[in-house]
Amino acid sequence: MRRYRIPFLPLVVLVFAIATAMPTLTSNPTLREELFLVFMLVTLASSINIIMGYTGYVSFGHIVFFGLGGYFAFYLMQVQGWHFLAALIAGAIPSALIALVIGIPILRLRGAYFALATVGINEAMRVVFNNWEEFGGAVGMFFNFSVYARYGGASQARDLGYYSMAAVAISTIAASYWIKRSKFGLSLMAIREDQDVAMVVGIDPSRAKVAAYVISAVFPAMAGAAFFFRNGLIEPGHAFELQRSIESLVMVVLGGIGTVAGPIVGAAVYEWLRGFLITNPTLASFQLSLAGLLLLVVVLFVTAGLVGWLRNRFPVLRSYIP
Amino acid sequence: MSLEALVPSAIDGLMLGFVYGLAAMGLTLIFGVMKVINLSHGPVIALGMFVVYTLFTGPLGVNPYLGIAAALVIGLVFGVVEYLIAVDRVINAPELTTLLATFSVNLMIIGVATSTFTTTPRAVDVSLGSVTAGNITVLGTHAVAVAVAIVVAILLYALLFRTRIGKSIRAVANNRAAAELMGIDSRRMLALSFGIGTSLAMVSGALLSTLFPFNPLSGAGYEVKSFVIVVLGGLGNPTGALLGGIVIGLLEGVTTVFIPVSWVPVLEYVIFIAILLLRPSGLLGSRA
Repeated sequence: MRRYRIPFLPLVVLVFAIATAMPTLTSNPTLREELFLVFMLVTLASSINIIMGYTGYVSFGHIVFFGLGGYFAFYLMQVQGWHFLAALIAGAIPSALIALVIGIPILRLRGAYFALATVGINEAMRVVFNNWEEFGGAVGMFFNFSVYARYGGASQARDLGYYSMAAVAISTIAASYWIKRSKFGLSLMAIREDQDVAMVVGIDPSRAKVAAYVISAVFPAMAGAAFFFRNGLIEPGHAFELQRSIESLVMVVLGGIGTVAGPIVGAAVYEWLRGFLITNPTLASFQLSLAGLLLLVVVLFVTAGLVGWLRNRFPVLRSYIP
Repeated sequence: MSLEALVPSAIDGLMLGFVYGLAAMGLTLIFGVMKVINLSHGPVIALGMFVVYTLFTGPLGVNPYLGIAAALVIGLVFGVVEYLIAVDRVINAPELTTLLATFSVNLMIIGVATSTFTTTPRAVDVSLGSVTAGNITVLGTHAVAVAVAIVVAILLYALLFRTRIGKSIRAVANNRAAAELMGIDSRRMLALSFGIGTSLAMVSGALLSTLFPFNPLSGAGYEVKSFVIVVLGGLGNPTGALLGGIVIGLLEGVTTVFIPVSWVPVLEYVIFIAILLLRPSGLLGSRA
């Protein structure tokens, strides 16, 4: 007898589609801004999960790809006059290439050494862009208003950015789901558990790891393009913000590392919680401390994260929540 | 810029290097003993600055150099408590867990410090005059900072290599299971090492407060610098960290004569990544 299973991916796409349409249906611009951020965080957390959760490499400075994508797309739109969607796709190419080139040597490092190397790369990129006059140097770049004109005005451009971010988030989840279900994903998880054993059973670890790293670099780059397109302004401190990188790790752990649904839940919960803390007058000044305390509790006592805890507590859920 | 400026700025950089090295020794000691990258390192450096600041501007007006002694003790206690609450439970977990546990402490310190002190820049106004020879001027505060850094480094060495406690710490770092079989309470030694590492960070923060203005977020820059230094000297190697600090300080001093200041960090990070890839065991380590 075959048990009926709810297909995970179509369900997620449906939920995202409804969520995306909500601000327009209810004409609620605040909700749209919140969802835009959540989509971005889902993208960042899910893509980190591919290299960190599946493959076991803590990419600490992963935000470097977000910044690179943002910068190159911004440059193509502002200086070369490209259309946003073309710049979004093309802006991801340098990130993928850089991930490929640096991935080959740094993925040989294990554990803490890899984490530190990714921090170094992010900081190096930040100071390079700080000095690169072609990209505006320390001041950064900002759009002329004429850039938005071709999309029919600033508000249409904002909508375009919003829908693109939703599409990027869904693509990231789809990729994450596909990897988890594929033979490729299985080889990544074998590397995570024991690289030497993985080699013995015929996996080429460096090839699989670099492939995972490149995939996990492409999506943050597109998110960066959409974010800074809407922002209209890009500068190095904001593009390569290590704090945001660490926040994405927190979301992954909060939701459940190594699961497809975890980063989505983690990103949504984290953003909701932060919004709650910031707007609450008595808690606002303790916002960071409370976030720290909550993180510590999760790290010490709920090691598997929210989704992981549910899966362990109710094993029947395992076939429904990947 | 001319070569005339080379010697003074090299000396300046060298002196700063000792203080950088001190902070990095704290980070590397913790990593060497328990394989934990302490992400609360930066905020702890900033806390050291504020220990001196609070005592100095408080009703007693404590001399900043006495404040450094206070930072040493407070750092030790703070580190032991931090270890017991946040790290001990996950000491055997994968590195991500300890990274996030110490990061959570980072968030809490920054949260409390920014709501107490705000992010307005502060400074500890202390002047010890200066000595001038030719075109070289050495500020008294810089000279004292170097002296304190050297004394603290020597004390650390005496502790690690001349006492029974130091021997136990080294044994735990070497092989925790074997150390326990020899009757060493490894939990106590880990807590103590974390305390010493935190204390070193606070002392270096206290020294920095006498040299530069600061706010609760100032620690972040020194934290990343400590990462670079620690990797340069070999993760887990205190001697290497001190040497790495001096190298980075000297590099900062010398290169500013030849290239714009804003390019110096680029050079530092390139060296950092190159060392990680080519010689992960650091300058003093054996070839990987």
